[in-house]
Amino acid sequence: MTLLKMSHLNKIYGGTKAVDDFNMEIEKGEFICFIGTSGSGKTTTMRMINRMLHQTSGTIEINGEDIAKMDPVKLRRKIGYVIQNVGLMPHMTIRENIVLVPKLLKWPEEKRNEKAKEMIKMAELPEDYLDRYPAELSGGQQQRIGVVRALAADQDIILMDEPFGALDPITRESLQDLVKDLQERLGKTFIFVTHDMDEALTLATRIVIMSHGKQVQVDTPDNILRHPANEFVESLIGQDRLIQARPSITTVGQVATKAVSARESQTLKEALGEMHNKRVDTLLVTDDDGVLRGFVGIEQINQYYGTGKEIGDIMDKNIFYVKEDSVIRDTVERILKRGFKNVPVIDHDHHLVGIVTRATLVDMVYDALWGESDKPEKADQPDKAEAGDQA
Amino acid sequence: MIAFFQEFGGQLLLKTWQHIYISAIALFLGVIVAIPLGVLLTRYKRIAGFTIGLASVLQTVPAMALLAMMIPLFGIGALPAIVALFIYSLLPILRNTYLGMENVDPTLRDAAKGMGMSNLQSIMRVELRMAAPVIMAGVRLSATYVIAWTALASYIGAGGLGDFIFNGLNLYRPDLILGGSIPVIILALIVDFLLGRLELLLTPRTKQEGN
Ligand SMILES: Nc1ncnc2c1ncn2[C@@H]1O[C@H](COP(=O)(O)OP(=O)(O)OP(=O)(O)O)[C@@H](O)[C@H]1O
Ligand SMILES: [Mg+2]
Repeated sequence: MTLLKMSHLNKIYGGTKAVDDFNMEIEKGEFICFIGTSGSGKTTTMRMINRMLHQTSGTIEINGEDIAKMDPVKLRRKIGYVIQNVGLMPHMTIRENIVLVPKLLKWPEEKRNEKAKEMIKMAELPEDYLDRYPAELSGGQQQRIGVVRALAADQDIILMDEPFGALDPITRESLQDLVKDLQERLGKTFIFVTHDMDEALTLATRIVIMSHGKQVQVDTPDNILRHPANEFVESLIGQDRLIQARPSITTVGQVATKAVSARESQTLKEALGEMHNKRVDTLLVTDDDGVLRGFVGIEQINQYYGTGKEIGDIMDKNIFYVKEDSVIRDTVERILKRGFKNVPVIDHDHHLVGIVTRATLVDMVYDALWGESDKPEKADQPDKAEAGDQA
Repeated sequence: MIAFFQEFGGQLLLKTWQHIYISAIALFLGVIVAIPLGVLLTRYKRIAGFTIGLASVLQTVPAMALLAMMIPLFGIGALPAIVALFIYSLLPILRNTYLGMENVDPTLRDAAKGMGMSNLQSIMRVELRMAAPVIMAGVRLSATYVIAWTALASYIGAGGLGDFIFNGLNLYRPDLILGGSIPVIILALIVDFLLGRLELLLTPRTKQEGN
């Protein structure tokens, strides 16, 4: 069910469109990251959700209810909000800060104290910090409090505007773990603004890439890496990451080389001839339609030669294969783990389309490490690699 | 000195009491009008410049003239004096309240609103707390002015320590002039000290005790 629905949102300041026809439906439990250049409208979009700003036109619905018809103060108490720079109240203790919204909601004191303890634990800070003031905490500790403060009233939607800016990588990572855990374990829905593509790729279930108030691309991290919508997205992802990402997002079909195969109905003599021609010791076996059935090695052919049997009779049907649209990263692992020298690649109808060899994997790793971009596509390369490689 | 107390001791007490009473009421009225008004101005910035400008103009009217202007409206006695002194007390408090509120870190106001505080809750629980030291500085300044100018109020028959001073001036009696001036100075110092303590009390704590 759709938790949050934004339709045709526009926000115009003077003459400039800060947000231009923003549309999105967000499911419960999603982790949405907004990323884009400065001034692209991320904060503006986010702040319309809790009515800190009023849209020029368009509607926002939460659970099907138009938020324009809700009391803005009550609405904000239901939505966790971590503003940039944390915004802890300097004159309130950590305890008072954490239970600020519960207090506004008039929870009894006992329940508030319990909540404060629960939250400080979640922030992985000692309980006696509750009586400290924000100035007595480090920047990273304050940000932790800022994050759990947004959850203290059991809010289901949490808005975070660059919550981990200007933090060292280690603190940042542990805070990322914290919010990711909250989303996965408690099913909270996050809308998270960041400037950091790595952060977005790690955290998001979906990324919204924004530029000049428009959504350039809205997709899963994998899809954004795999199919950047345009050059802007590519530049945002960065050349480094695109290259790094290649082994992980390239599909098997993209790197497969041509396989040497025979048909079930062929004779052993024909098979041996093919082996000799292509200088391989194993043949993949297909039926007349090209569907993969098994494989046959030089040993079997030697054993049954002259018995009048067909390849289909002597082939080994117990064959390991991968689908062409599976991701190379997983395939690499499987090939390496099982010790295969190569693996046949099939399409959805089990037609043999090629083969992935260890030599191909070497090329992939080489590319990833050295970042060579002007190599010809692997699939177009002559099948020089497979000859000595057939298992 | 002793002779002075013997002759004027009873009167001194009475005049001091009148002085305190007139300044306290004027200041109290100034506080309860100027602070809310200052807060209000931060919410209606368009009229803020005009209002503070107006208060500044009133401040420039010479004290004697302002007191004299009160007579046709309120006659003579304590009432016109209190009104005039109240007008004088407004500006420092108003200006400091406005500035103090304006200088509250906008992220705090934003956080307060974003977490679901109503406007009033944000003012009472966050902004006024943060602005308290600046506002108190304005109150202290006003208090000093009001106590000093209450001495002039005797001119329109309001009583107070000014009576000694004016009498002394008329009769060429330096002891009366000093007998009126010194208590005014002491009073101003004491009030400033007390308000200073109050300011410390109202200054938001941002550290644990003993740290
Ligand atoms: N109050 C305002 N008045 C006029 N223009 C504004 C106002 N607030 C934002 N804008 C403009 O709207 C556009 C979007 O601003 P917004 O703050 O949403 O950007 P952002 O994507 O959050 O940027 P950043 O990454 O720098 O935080 C910008 O061009 C900005 O100048
Ligand atoms: Mg922003």
